[in-house]
Amino acid sequence: MALDPITLGVIQAGLQQACDEMDLAFSRAAFSPVISEANDRSDGIYSATDGALIAQGAGGLPVFVGTMQHSTRILIEMIAEGRVAPPGPGDIYIVNDPYLGGTHLMDVRFARPYWRNGEIFCWLSNTGHWPDTGGAVPGGFSASATAVEQEGLRLPPVKLFKRGRLDPEIHSIICSNIRVADQRIGDIKAQAAALDVGAERLDHLLDRYGDDVVREAIGELRRRAGAQMRAHIREIPEGSYNAQAFIDSDGVVNEPLVIDLEITRKGDLLTFDFSRSSPPCRGPMNSVLATTHSSVYLAMRHIFPDVPISAGAFEPLEITGCEGTFLDARYPRPVSGCAAEVSQRIAEAVFLALVEALPDRVSAAPAGTSGNFALGGHDPARGRDYVMYQLSGGGYGGNADHDGLTNGCSTIGISKAPPVEIMEQNFPVLYHRYALREGSGGAGMHRGGFGIEYEIELLRGDARASFVMDHGRFGPPGVLGGGAGAVNEVTVIRGGRRHRPEHLSKEQDIPLSPGDRVCVRTPGGGGYGDPARRPRHLIEEDIRLGRYSPNAAKEMFGYTPEE
Amino acid sequence: MAEKGGGGIIGVDVGGTFTDLVQIAPDGSLKIAKTPTTPSNQALGVLSAIETVGADLPAVDLIVHGTTTTTNAVLERKLARTGLITTRGFRDVLELGRRTRPQAYGMFGTFRPVIPRDLRFEVEERMLADGAIHIPLDEAGVESAARALLAAGCESVVVHFLHAYANPAHEKRAGEIIASLWPNDHITLAHEILSEAREFERGVTAAVNASVRPLIERYVEHLASALGKRGYRRELLIVNGNGGMVGAASVGQEAVKTVMSGPASGVMAAAWTGRQAGITNLITYDMGGTSTDVALIRDGEPGVSGEIEIEYAMPIHVPMVDVRTVGAGGGSIARVNAAGLLEVGPESAGADPGPICYGRGGEAPTISDANLLLGRLAPPPGTKGAAEEADALRARVEGIFAARLADPLGLSPVEAAEAVIRVANTHMAGAIRMVSLSLGADPRDFALFAFGGAGPLHAAALARELGVPRVLVPPRPGITNAIGCAVADLRHDFVRTLNRPLDAVDEAGLHEIIADQRRRGEALIGRESIGVKEIRHLHSMDMQFIGQTHLLRVPLDGPAPTRRELQARFESAYRKRFKVELPEIRANLVNVNTSVIGTRPPLDLTALIRPEGRKESLGEAQTGRRPVRLNGRWHETPIYRRDLLPLDARITGPAVIEQMDTTILIEPGDLCVGDRQGNLVITIGGAQDGA
Repeated sequence: MALDPITLGVIQAGLQQACDEMDLAFSRAAFSPVISEANDRSDGIYSATDGALIAQGAGGLPVFVGTMQHSTRILIEMIAEGRVAPPGPGDIYIVNDPYLGGTHLMDVRFARPYWRNGEIFCWLSNTGHWPDTGGAVPGGFSASATAVEQEGLRLPPVKLFKRGRLDPEIHSIICSNIRVADQRIGDIKAQAAALDVGAERLDHLLDRYGDDVVREAIGELRRRAGAQMRAHIREIPEGSYNAQAFIDSDGVVNEPLVIDLEITRKGDLLTFDFSRSSPPCRGPMNSVLATTHSSVYLAMRHIFPDVPISAGAFEPLEITGCEGTFLDARYPRPVSGCAAEVSQRIAEAVFLALVEALPDRVSAAPAGTSGNFALGGHDPARGRDYVMYQLSGGGYGGNADHDGLTNGCSTIGISKAPPVEIMEQNFPVLYHRYALREGSGGAGMHRGGFGIEYEIELLRGDARASFVMDHGRFGPPGVLGGGAGAVNEVTVIRGGRRHRPEHLSKEQDIPLSPGDRVCVRTPGGGGYGDPARRPRHLIEEDIRLGRYSPNAAKEMFGYTPEE
Repeated sequence: MAEKGGGGIIGVDVGGTFTDLVQIAPDGSLKIAKTPTTPSNQALGVLSAIETVGADLPAVDLIVHGTTTTTNAVLERKLARTGLITTRGFRDVLELGRRTRPQAYGMFGTFRPVIPRDLRFEVEERMLADGAIHIPLDEAGVESAARALLAAGCESVVVHFLHAYANPAHEKRAGEIIASLWPNDHITLAHEILSEAREFERGVTAAVNASVRPLIERYVEHLASALGKRGYRRELLIVNGNGGMVGAASVGQEAVKTVMSGPASGVMAAAWTGRQAGITNLITYDMGGTSTDVALIRDGEPGVSGEIEIEYAMPIHVPMVDVRTVGAGGGSIARVNAAGLLEVGPESAGADPGPICYGRGGEAPTISDANLLLGRLAPPPGTKGAAEEADALRARVEGIFAARLADPLGLSPVEAAEAVIRVANTHMAGAIRMVSLSLGADPRDFALFAFGGAGPLHAAALARELGVPRVLVPPRPGITNAIGCAVADLRHDFVRTLNRPLDAVDEAGLHEIIADQRRRGEALIGRESIGVKEIRHLHSMDMQFIGQTHLLRVPLDGPAPTRRELQARFESAYRKRFKVELPEIRANLVNVNTSVIGTRPPLDLTALIRPEGRKESLGEAQTGRRPVRLNGRWHETPIYRRDLLPLDARITGPAVIEQMDTTILIEPGDLCVGDRQGNLVITIGGAQDGA
């Protein structure tokens, strides 16, 4: 019997609900603030045969769109080949190997078969960003690692839970190799409990509609998501679209890396050819294939937010030419920058390539960096070591409707930045400024949003500052005649002397003493359309609000005050 | 005190479309009015409602008012011109927010700060996180900033300094300096509104307070004086977002608390009605034209949250009844998407032009139109009596359903209408489930309290979908908010942040904090002029395992808990909520919460439906029959008039009950029973085992 579209819609909602409830359970019970506050996690349902994505929680971090279908497929293959022990009821696998369908080491994935009448009906899997997985630097974001071993503990798929019980031996191996290990038990239990929530909801759905009906619905929904994406693809005129996006450097060799993308629309297929991109790099700005794919998917979802996240939606998107480039890194290339930075440059390349074909749907380039500043040191007043992260946003690109948003979060994230007051409560620092970065929005008919600038003084004890940012060399590009947003700027004032990182946006372990300061200015968004077409009263309003100086307005928009 | 009296209590609520009023006389007799809301000056609608019931104002004992004046002002940014004075280096905090975007996917969207950049001034001063003074206050700088703001035309000002929650000395001093030259008392010190860390959230809350303060004061003064001219001699009370009331004279100081006044009163009415009916765990379900509000009531107490965001990047962090807005309303539009699947909402036909069946030019198929096609909803009153007109309207709805939905889906128009209802119910049920789960509750442990114009029509189906066993429909679902005003208590909430490992908490010190919160609340209630029956106290702790960021609220029985008791209560609440035990990790005590509630004398609302109008038997209450489409087939369904039903009516579904302000649908297999307060209680599946 063919399924009616209504039952189909109801089952789709049921699958989505199961994922959303997993997301909620994971965040609420997690310890790691990266998971509980920043929602750096994702939960989904995957096919029993090939790991294809069936549904994924709406509240998951965008960078995880589709990544777990890679890791689940590889796990299924490894089980079939006898390289991983086969699953039994109550077993949960843990894996964080980036080369087995992952991102960076800190993103730890759990996978659990969902059993139905003694058979695997589908897989439930989730990813959570752990605050640390060992390696050279606390938190794992080394700006200058040259091999994955320096980045942390790498786990192949192993059963962390066996027959419903946590394996104490594997648990102790993990905890002996990571920092702040005592709280990880809380995250492990939260991550596993979230999968249980998903299983409970699936029981409910299958009991109500029947296994065969749900199985059929899953196939039909996959087909229809594909049809929906294909309908959107046909909005793009046939032809090829080229764009380049640049990463400042890999953190080790001070030369830009290029993502050279050619998108071709033929029929209802979209091909993404990355073959002219830079070769694998020495530093940690490599991407693994799963992350490269998910970066394309998330960019397309930013453009067409109405298409559900499903393997079907990805089928008309063919990604080629990554082999031999830094977008398909193999062991032992370091990869810690792939999820936070390279992914955003890939999305940027997709936006820039498609904006001429879809001028109403695509914006100019957003700031596109997570703005990761880490300060690690010892606080003598409290007698303890600390690691502080200041992540920051930047301007979004202007678009057909309006100016870009100011201080938006990263393209691949959805998390909030911590309040200054909370940072000062927890760490021996003083913020002198946390302000809108004037003049940073790229000129355009609709200008880019503004970046921010902050200046932090170390109050007590010695510390080391590390930066993993981007867009320090080239600002986020404007489109359709718009100008670029301002570049990222890092200045460290040590002993009264100003220091700029050689790699502009990346440097590791800069020693600081009390009184030293760090000043960061984040990129503005690119402008959209010819700045000469910006209405005069809007330029004047920006001047009145101090967003641009009269001089900047003259240079960027050709504005001259009336006599 | 005024000598005359005995005229009873008036509750009056201003909603988006209608202003609702209920007058309750001491003998239990009731009068009700519904007049159009007058958006530019809500007082006109209020006065016209009072005239409609012919209230003898000199005799009225109390008027309690719920208003959306401040809510609308914030959402439309029609705010008083307001300036900010803040710490050097931080004037942009209100504009930068917390580094977010309006939705997870899509790089579009804008944000407009409450106070524009040219009215945000900085002065030298700095506190550290522990409250130590790092840079002394530049007093001359405060004075010149205040003068500059006055010169720029500001009538209200907010002072917001970093870490003022830890040491408010600079804010207080700046307040004194400004007061010496400011022409009115519209001066807001952020720490007085909210004394918690997080500069963006505290800043926005305080800036909103400052920006709506002149507006609500003017509005209330105007209304109070108009009432005074008509002879009203008592105090005018305003309902706050926490469900309590505040006197007109002091409403301005904490003006921000009136944001969410309307939804809060609806939830208070639900809690009150539930307590009367002996059903104290409720999910309130208020389905209106464009959206649906949902809140949770546990043990008769509405949930209160200090972290509500009323729109994107607009946090209001004062305790307010936790009302969440979900999905669809009656005007939500249905369409077939590119994947060939039916979608309902989020676009809405709103009130104008509204659904097709309103006959005001609406062209898009909505939930209300689907209800009409299925016979669940009678044609709107405007067309009543004119049978041809009703037929024409129905044909028009059917034609649009055929073209826009039925043909693409390969269904008949009636099947398409059923599909719209099914999809809408699925999504609403999912959204309600997410709300209750995020508040730590399993919907199956609750009853659904259905109100709003469209709530009672969908409630039974939603309850079935959610596994909720019962639905409670109050006597007058359409004026629930006005009833909430009439029954509201006096209420003051206190939060004290400790953020300390439980093992390091001094029990005696903790008990003193609670005792102090109780004393302050009792003193505030004692200052109000209206009588209370008794004073109640609610205590709870916000706790977490050390290292976590989320909090779990743990209710307490009394004001003097021991550490051991707190640890045990927390662990048990955590196990219940997350099904996780963590003996490895100790607990943290974050917030100590106390609410002091002055309970009002009991009111008799049994006359909300006129007792003398009720008939002796069900048959006499029946006005006719019509075919109603349920579960894929037509049922010849009896139609009853609510105000004619015997008090102890017992109705087995299918049945439709109509009343002026709503329509109630009882599905096959369900049992509907009237209670002594005039409520209808629908037991899902109750017909099989009950009848």
